[in-house]
Amino acid sequence: MTPATEVATSATFIQLVWLIPAFPLAAFLINGLFGKRWLGHATGWIAAAAVAASAVLSIGVFLDVLRGNVHTTVTLYRWIGVGDFEVNIAALVDPLSSVMLLVVTVVSTLIFVYSIGYMAHDHGFPRFFTWLSLFVFAMLILVMADNYLLMFVGWEGVGLCSYLLIGFWFERPEPYVAAKKAFVMNRIGDWGYTIGMVTTFLVFGSMTFTEVFEHVDIATQANLLLICLAFFVGATGKSAQLPLYSWLPDAMEGPTPVSALIHAATMVTAGVYLVARSTPLFAAAAPALEVVAVVGALTAIFAATIALVQFDIKRVMAYSTVSQLGYMFLALGVGAPIAAVFHLATHAFFKALLFLGSGSVIHGMQGEQDMRKMGGLRRKMPVTYWTMLLAGGALAAIPPLAGFWSKDEIVGAAWTSGHTALWVVGIITAILTAFYVTRAMWMTFHGEPRDHHLYDHAHESPAVMTLPLVALAVGTVTLGAVVGFPPDAGFIHTFLTPSVEVHGAGGEHHAPEIATILALAAVSVGAGIVGILIGLSMYVRHRPDPSAVSRAAGPFYRVLVNKYYVDDLYDRRIVDLLRGAFGVMWAFDVHVIDGIANGLGRLAALGGGGARRLQTGVVGNYAFMVVAGLFLLIVAYGGYAAGVFTR
Amino acid sequence: MIPLGAFIAVSAVLFFIGVAGVLVRRNAVVILMCVELMLNATNLALVAFSRKAGMIDERGSVFVVFVFVVAAAEVAVGLAIVLSLYRNRPTVDVDEVHAMKG
Repeated sequence: MTPATEVATSATFIQLVWLIPAFPLAAFLINGLFGKRWLGHATGWIAAAAVAASAVLSIGVFLDVLRGNVHTTVTLYRWIGVGDFEVNIAALVDPLSSVMLLVVTVVSTLIFVYSIGYMAHDHGFPRFFTWLSLFVFAMLILVMADNYLLMFVGWEGVGLCSYLLIGFWFERPEPYVAAKKAFVMNRIGDWGYTIGMVTTFLVFGSMTFTEVFEHVDIATQANLLLICLAFFVGATGKSAQLPLYSWLPDAMEGPTPVSALIHAATMVTAGVYLVARSTPLFAAAAPALEVVAVVGALTAIFAATIALVQFDIKRVMAYSTVSQLGYMFLALGVGAPIAAVFHLATHAFFKALLFLGSGSVIHGMQGEQDMRKMGGLRRKMPVTYWTMLLAGGALAAIPPLAGFWSKDEIVGAAWTSGHTALWVVGIITAILTAFYVTRAMWMTFHGEPRDHHLYDHAHESPAVMTLPLVALAVGTVTLGAVVGFPPDAGFIHTFLTPSVEVHGAGGEHHAPEIATILALAAVSVGAGIVGILIGLSMYVRHRPDPSAVSRAAGPFYRVLVNKYYVDDLYDRRIVDLLRGAFGVMWAFDVHVIDGIANGLGRLAALGGGGARRLQTGVVGNYAFMVVAGLFLLIVAYGGYAAGVFTR
Repeated sequence: MIPLGAFIAVSAVLFFIGVAGVLVRRNAVVILMCVELMLNATNLALVAFSRKAGMIDERGSVFVVFVFVVAAAEVAVGLAIVLSLYRNRPTVDVDEVHAMKG
């Protein structure tokens, strides 16, 4: 309601915050309307320039927030006003959203530039940048929104763009099937979001974050639990958590920059953002937090085990993304939302880099994604190799790379909050993570080339693709140490605290002792090193030989290769069942609903067909009817006057 | 003084002659003339009642003037239709004109 609360110092950029989504929207409109016919490959640069402009503004907004404007609402206009209920098109600019704005726009800019090279030979080039711009617009709306309803607009928008971009190559069957799957699974999540949103409205009479969070105490525990669990269902859909994760690996059918931007760096973190944003609600509903933590930890280890045995380089990365998102939810669940957002930011950089590196490899290998056909590529693609090595190190949480600082905080938070079992799961997952990264890196870049024909034609990607890799690598190396040191008290903590503070519960934050921190860090680094060593031992020295291990593991290996048969289970049990049910509904619709509608139409046609005979076209008949009518009237009036009807 | 009943009787006879003419004749011009007959029968009834009401109410006579105007307009439009009908197909027999059949 108040357009701006407490403007401490000058906040020029915050007042301009609506320009940030306006640029990608403009790029979307320009590219969508004029792209195919007139602009051609200029669409790429238009989109990249627009997002770069947004990135510059986001930096400005970030600096404004840094100067102390920790809670500003910028209202564009009133959207819905019914009595006391009011929903505005308004942006909430606080540390959390400013960090998200920064991550989204910076990573997007780099990926847009990269895409110009990656998509250069694709005939759908203008369409690609149209949808990508629309995606960035929707994502920015999602993170800027000051209420659940506007956030839902962005939430649906990114889902739509995800669908369009997964199915970008719709000429082949796999992408559009994958797109449909992603859309349907996201719909299930959106159902949860809707329940949460409507319950929030019923309980609090408002959907605005600030108002809801100020009145958490008016809700009963059951209401809060329902709201939080419903929102978490939404988050599991968007962020690919158990049991709604299986669309994300299939989403790799889309172009690689899409996988990097939407399915690694930004959109899939929307669920994490939603829960982090709703921290005051979740903090008041402890059982919901436990559910979040357990689901996150299970997803992390579940996806990591599948990643162990995949041969498609992008699928390894996809399962890795699911696993890392699991870490973020673990952090949220154990009451460390800052660690979750921190990991979200670092993960956006190193996972985008891993995907773009994979894309660079695929580009250089004429579209080959099977790691069994790669090998020895480090000599052919030095830039890709070195940047991916850094990103892989970050994913394996090797200090001082970015991933170490954030993952260490998450695992540490699990320990200090007393979730020992989840801590163990986190550590095991860290070992698995390091192992599959090592495996993927070795199979791709080291050893002897396994397909000489492809190897001979392999080449390093053009500068437009490698420069974004280098830029992301810089972020991967520096980001963690710069904002995350010292652990649990670094810049990101002091910065984000105002956003995730819970009213009435502040002040009792007890930092663990330095020895504990060091011991925990040592364990998590040790886990990473153990994983890497196992990987190197298996793939470099063949001790034990990978194929021997998979033979020895027998049924376990088959279970992993078949992804725990979850897809088959979904297809056979749920999809078939629903298909049967929908067959009945279809028949009901066709025969009963349509039958009623068509029957009414037929009735009218029949009546008209009868009445049409009255129109003979002969004047005499009409004259006769007029006179006959007159007589009837006279007779009726006469009867009335004589009291025939009143008796 | 002629009683009111006589006026009404003449009026009714005239009116039904008109009705019969409209129903049985097929020449469009004659039908129009019969319509005029019906209108004037009504006029006769109106002035008769008006005079019966005497000085108290002259609205009946005023109404007759309106009927004159409407009748004049009706004849103008009707004859125009008959004329253009005759130009399009050389007949004024209404039974032969039934293209507007439903």
